[in-house]
Amino acid sequence: MEQTLAYNDKVIRQFTVMTVVWGIVGMLVGVYIAAQLYWPALNFDIPWLTFSRLRPLHTNAVIFAFGGCGLIATSLYVVQRTSGVPLFAPRLASFVFWGYQAVIVLAVITLPLGITQSKEYAELEWPIDILLAIVWVCYAIVFFGTIAKRKVKHIYVANWFYGAFIIAIALLHIVNNLAIPVSWTKSYPIYAGAVDAMVQWWYGHNAVGFFLTAGFLGMMYYFVPKQAARPVYSYRLSIVHFWALISIYMWAGPHHLHYTALPEWAQSVGMVFSLVLLAPSWGGMINGIMTLSGAWHKLRTDPILKFLIVSLSFYGMSTFEGPLMSIKTVNALSHYTDWTVGHVHAGALGWVGFITIGSLYYLIPRLFGRTSMYSTRLVEVHFWIATIGIVLYIASMWIAGVMQGLMWRAFNDDGTLTYSFVEALKATYPYYAVRLLGGVLYLSGMLIMAYNTWKTIFLPQRESEPVRAAAQQTA
Amino acid sequence: MSTFWSVFITVLVIAHLIGYALLLHGTSKMPAGSKIGETTGHVYDGDLEEYNNPLPRWWLWKFYLLIIFGFIYLALYPGLGSFKGLLGWSQYDQYAQDVAAAEERYGPLYEKLASIPIPELAKDPEAMQTGRRLFANNCAVCHGADARGAVGFPDLTDGVWLYGGTPEAIKTSILNGRHGVMPAWGATLGEEGVEQVAAYVYSLSGRSAPEHLTRPGAQKFATICAACHGIDGKGNQALGAPDLTAGVFMYGGSLEAIKTTIRDGRQGIMPAHRDILGEARAHIVAAYVYSLSAKEGDNHETGGGIVQ
Repeated sequence: MEQTLAYNDKVIRQFTVMTVVWGIVGMLVGVYIAAQLYWPALNFDIPWLTFSRLRPLHTNAVIFAFGGCGLIATSLYVVQRTSGVPLFAPRLASFVFWGYQAVIVLAVITLPLGITQSKEYAELEWPIDILLAIVWVCYAIVFFGTIAKRKVKHIYVANWFYGAFIIAIALLHIVNNLAIPVSWTKSYPIYAGAVDAMVQWWYGHNAVGFFLTAGFLGMMYYFVPKQAARPVYSYRLSIVHFWALISIYMWAGPHHLHYTALPEWAQSVGMVFSLVLLAPSWGGMINGIMTLSGAWHKLRTDPILKFLIVSLSFYGMSTFEGPLMSIKTVNALSHYTDWTVGHVHAGALGWVGFITIGSLYYLIPRLFGRTSMYSTRLVEVHFWIATIGIVLYIASMWIAGVMQGLMWRAFNDDGTLTYSFVEALKATYPYYAVRLLGGVLYLSGMLIMAYNTWKTIFLPQRESEPVRAAAQQTA
Repeated sequence: MSTFWSVFITVLVIAHLIGYALLLHGTSKMPAGSKIGETTGHVYDGDLEEYNNPLPRWWLWKFYLLIIFGFIYLALYPGLGSFKGLLGWSQYDQYAQDVAAAEERYGPLYEKLASIPIPELAKDPEAMQTGRRLFANNCAVCHGADARGAVGFPDLTDGVWLYGGTPEAIKTSILNGRHGVMPAWGATLGEEGVEQVAAYVYSLSGRSAPEHLTRPGAQKFATICAACHGIDGKGNQALGAPDLTAGVFMYGGSLEAIKTTIRDGRQGIMPAHRDILGEARAHIVAAYVYSLSAKEGDNHETGGGIVQ
């Protein structure tokens, strides 16, 4: 039926290209601040370039700009195809694009200026928060409007995850950013003390759960079976792990606040639910990887499938590591060390990065009326460079983190601490160089992707396949 | 926690955990007649299909076991509302017990060292090893690992003391802390006056400054600054007023830095460590700090420094 359909892909092309652009920007900032940890003089004593201001820019750029553009692009692509109808309210979709880019540009300006709420992953000040809330509601209208007018009876599993992601992010964003403004650039949260910390980490961990997990699982459920040309492994597994995942994640936040002023009951409940979370997380990994059963040989020749399947492996690894680190005894060692940084990047570079990159390599030729990427070989090169980068990054941070944890808790015979803080820092120093190298490799991969994308879009068409659905813009 | 919230939390937690088990139980049963490798019959976007394969057994049992672990943990540890858990464990109790155990183990060692007078203790290499570690854990953050200080934080090795370098004075500084206040004189002196006094202070440490500035500067110094720093500028350790002739400037000795100090004033705070270190450990840290500048033949009565 879809041969005759005119899908609305202009906004998807825009978001797709910006995913690559913001990926490079965000990762470049990450590489720069990783270099600052090795060569502190690299901030040149300029306030706008200090680690403390650029670190939130890095996290916001890679999560919300790179990840966000990728999620919006793929969700609006997938929802049209799996509903069998063009986008609902395409003009509103256009507003979503420009509004979302405006939020990102405002973040790029305000964060280096030091304008911040000082809440991790929710640094943006209140006027930008309001703009983002409006844009997000419009995005929800476009997405759910398209589902509402679908021509197929059932809602495809990818759309459950995208839908949960869109609703939960609206809820999290609004509740955590409730604040009383005192000027255009300054506000104070309505919560205080341990309550403020709990709301922040309820938000913080669900940003991981719904933005960085549920949303990208939606991506996985479309692009893995499509690229593998195999049916999804188990419908009933997707039902269990969907409902369990979105319910359990809501409880997991307190593991960020172990051994603090947070009441002990909340810490225990947070730990228990974080552990149980291992099961539904692996449900998603199993469903993705087992989809390939019967088609394993494709992994040898298809670099896009390599990206998708390795991303699921990193997903399984990080979602095993996360529950492990939420156990109080383990957390007592790992908390505040670079192990946490390594864990986050196993998920961010491995899972989120790879599933997005793989999906984009599937998407870009189709969006621009090509049969394939300009160079499959460069996709392969990208895959290996990025994989080596991730391994260097997370291995160095594991070693550094466990070492820091052990050094901080080492005692002498007289009861004094064996190491001062700066001694642990000095021991970490070489690992910062390895991490920087890992980051440089990962960024290089993105630059190769940008080149490949450019060539795919702008090189004269090599095949005379008609440009499907791209010619018509008004639905 | 009120009874309502306690019951609310307990019910919500248990209901969720049971809910996951029921969800698993319900979904793990395959409808009669269904086979592995059969699709649901839904088709999306041309070729997207889904098998309806059963849940992997190992995964199913892992899920059940995690739920069971959750119940066991919440029975043992505080989690279900105000229920304290069967073990009666609490992070606060654990901390108190660990501290008490450490005190029991290490206390006698420190009590023994604390009974030795500081000048004697400062010559005991083993005790000074402990002192160095205590210093690294507690003092190095501000004074530096080498104790040479930084801008705003005094160098503890140069023998120049704000509050005196006797063993007692050092120990008092550690236990009770110090708060040094240099008032801001900018409003009183005016920019011209600041310049004159700064030039005079600059010249006190043996450096040359234009006489047309130092002469009126000296006059102003005598009326305003001498109250604390003394008529000769040699300071007053009872007040923590620094000796301006020693050539040691905690906030910088350049003409600009001196001007800023005079114009805007300074606040120097050494926090009290009585509650952090306790009397015995403070005694050992005092001996370590004393050892940094004390040399053979120094006059221990007045503080073993270059400047008395």
